Amino acid sequence: MSVVLDVENLKTYFHTEYGLVKAVDGVSFHINQGEIIGLVGESGCGKSVSILSVMQLIQSPGEIVDGKIMFEGQDLLQYEANGPQMRATRGRKMTMIFQEPMTSLNPVITICRQMTEILELHLDMDRHTARERAIELLRMVGVPDAASRIDDYPHQFSGGMRQRVMIAMAISCNPMIIFADEPTTAVDVTTQAQLLELMKDLVTRINTSLVIVTHNLGVVARYAQRIYVMYAGRIVESGPAEDIFDNPQHPYTIGLLDSVPRLGEKHGSKKLIPIYGLPPNLINMPPTCAFLPRCTYKTEKCEKEPWPALRSTGDNHYISCYVDVRGKQ
Amino acid sequence: MKEPDNDLMVEVKNLKMYFPITRGLLKRKVADVKAVDDISFYIKKHETLGLVGESGCGKTTTGRCILRLYQPTSGNIIFAGKDISNMREGKLKPLRSNMGAIFQDPFGSLNPRQIAGSIVGDPLKVHDMATGSELDDRVAELFQMVGLDPTMKDRVPHEFSGGQRQRIGVARALACRPSLVICDEPISALDVSIQAQIINLLEELQEKMGLTYLFIAHDLAVVQHISERVAVMYLGRIVEITTSEELYENPLHPYTKALFSAIPIPNPKIEKTRTHIVLKGEVPSPVNPPTGCHFHPRCHMAVEECSRERPPLRDIGGGHLVACIRV
Ligand SMILES: Nc1ncnc2c1ncn2[C@@H]1O[C@H](COP(=O)(O)OP(=O)(O)OP(=O)(O)O)[C@@H](O)[C@H]1O
Ligand SMILES: Nc1ncnc2c1ncn2[C@@H]1O[C@H](COP(=O)(O)OP(=O)(O)OP(=O)(O)O)[C@@H](O)[C@H]1O
Ligand SMILES: [Mg+2]
Ligand SMILES: [Mg+2]
Repeated sequence: MSVVLDVENLKTYFHTEYGLVKAVDGVSFHINQGEIIGLVGESGCGKSVSILSVMQLIQSPGEIVDGKIMFEGQDLLQYEANGPQMRATRGRKMTMIFQEPMTSLNPVITICRQMTEILELHLDMDRHTARERAIELLRMVGVPDAASRIDDYPHQFSGGMRQRVMIAMAISCNPMIIFADEPTTAVDVTTQAQLLELMKDLVTRINTSLVIVTHNLGVVARYAQRIYVMYAGRIVESGPAEDIFDNPQHPYTIGLLDSVPRLGEKHGSKKLIPIYGLPPNLINMPPTCAFLPRCTYKTEKCEKEPWPALRSTGDNHYISCYVDVRGKQ
Repeated sequence: MKEPDNDLMVEVKNLKMYFPITRGLLKRKVADVKAVDDISFYIKKHETLGLVGESGCGKTTTGRCILRLYQPTSGNIIFAGKDISNMREGKLKPLRSNMGAIFQDPFGSLNPRQIAGSIVGDPLKVHDMATGSELDDRVAELFQMVGLDPTMKDRVPHEFSGGQRQRIGVARALACRPSLVICDEPISALDVSIQAQIINLLEELQEKMGLTYLFIAHDLAVVQHISERVAVMYLGRIVEITTSEELYENPLHPYTKALFSAIPIPNPKIEKTRTHIVLKGEVPSPVNPPTGCHFHPRCHMAVEECSRERPPLRDIGGGHLVACIRV
């Protein structure tokens, strides 16, 4: 398996009036070709900022302050965010699908024009060819009557259909990587299932890597091959999906898995085990582990030492924790 | 005449709630949104009935009809033995204190300028249930009951976290010691790690105070966890009702099956061996719903007859009700 993207020690900070928000604070991850990755974590832990940083879409007051983003043998951070190299990469080799398609689709431009614009720009197609290709793409993502509906405006489509358009646009230039940021949070479960199955089939067909950003553990269990768990701007655990669910080793991951009800559990048979306390705000973070105040496994060492670096605990499985939780659960 | 069944907190009979769509200056009615289209169910005392279904299927409307925030188009709502479906506001008011409601959005449902203490205490004042120091004591007690420090009572909503705000909502709903609480998506807006805190809180309070819940949510796993029985809605109608366990072990309606299958389980091993039913098409509009069974255009089991007549919700044994002629 070849690595298509290798992110090393990425740091993205926001200079706000309340102080410095360390939204992403030393994140490393890689993506293999054709792989489906799950990036999970609670609201505000830095999932979107990580992805936006890779695409160099961070705007003031945000700033990428450190790190390397290796893609096709080059460090993308050496390029201007709006320079020619990034423009040839973003939207072409790396694409994004957002949570709310209305924010990324232009409401006053037809679906057709939005799609053909990309094809003309990146693939040098003429208008006619681009239109034919756009119709074909809409068919691929399951938009009924694609040929007649392509001239509609986004608001004439339902939420699920708009998300299909976003998927069509994301695959239109055969990208190497698709980042899907909470692609199904705004839609219903049966629509979510339709869209995720569709994405899975498409990326397998065109051999693209897919990163699914979500807080839904079920979604990553169903679709991801490898998982990164984020907490407070860092990766706290990573590994093959089955291993993470069978054998979670970071107290936060363990807590997350214990706190969600499972389908089919008998009513009243089991109390949920919540994670007490709150996720930290990312200003003035203490040097120690950010999960410490909520951790039920903490030791004296945790109170004294800085945030632990990632360490291997087995096959491709990494955690950022001093404690060996095995046997303590 | 039959005596009112004393085991029942709520009984809903043939409830319809249509919202007119009007056009033009004269507000001529051109169509109806059939948000709730003839549904019947009951909730026993001290029980939690879960109500699941996808966006727009009529869950919130059902809850609001029970609270009589809406005047139903037709049908009956019997609350604690009294038919409240056409009751006038004056007579309703004392009954209202016996019902509480918790809403989805802990941000939007609280007045941003009101301090937490008065948000929680307001219902007590409205219903003349406490004043002065008695009110303060009760508010402090309510804060403690939901796990909030009473010294935080002078803060305004934005000074609380999402989970804390939802606790304020719970405290307000319980202020008048209601028997019935309508929980409309009470955890959907919360972080995963906070959701369990609120679910546990609701369960504890139910046990302590003998509460009856209508628990509305679209997350079937959460609904199953908290409910004794679950009703599944599709496009304004109830398609299946049974106990949580039976619904999981033996779902009968093709829509219920699809809904279960669509929910990913946080266990990759189970996921690998599960069959995934992917529904075709989208939920049709409640303005112009399909004829016969509302689900028939998307149903893989549908036969010609399904498009002709509405299938009745019938008991197939042991109180398992399903509205499908194919099972
Ligand atoms: N423009 C901004 N200005 C200041 N802070 C920001 C800005 N954008 C993001 N942040 C902060 O960066 C942190 C990470 O945000 P991010 O959007 O990456 O979270 P997330 O993990 O995607 O959460 P969610 O699940 O809610 O989408 C948050 O604490 C957020 O408040
Ligand atoms: N006051 C109203 N006027 C007109 N139509 C309404 C009104 N309230 C609800 N509706 C419509 O009635 C239908 C049912 O809405 P309802 O809010 O009950 O659905 P729901 O099941 O609670 O959905 P969600 O999961 O999105 O909260 C929808 O089509 C909605 O647009
Ligand atoms: Mg995000
Ligand atoms: Mg609702």
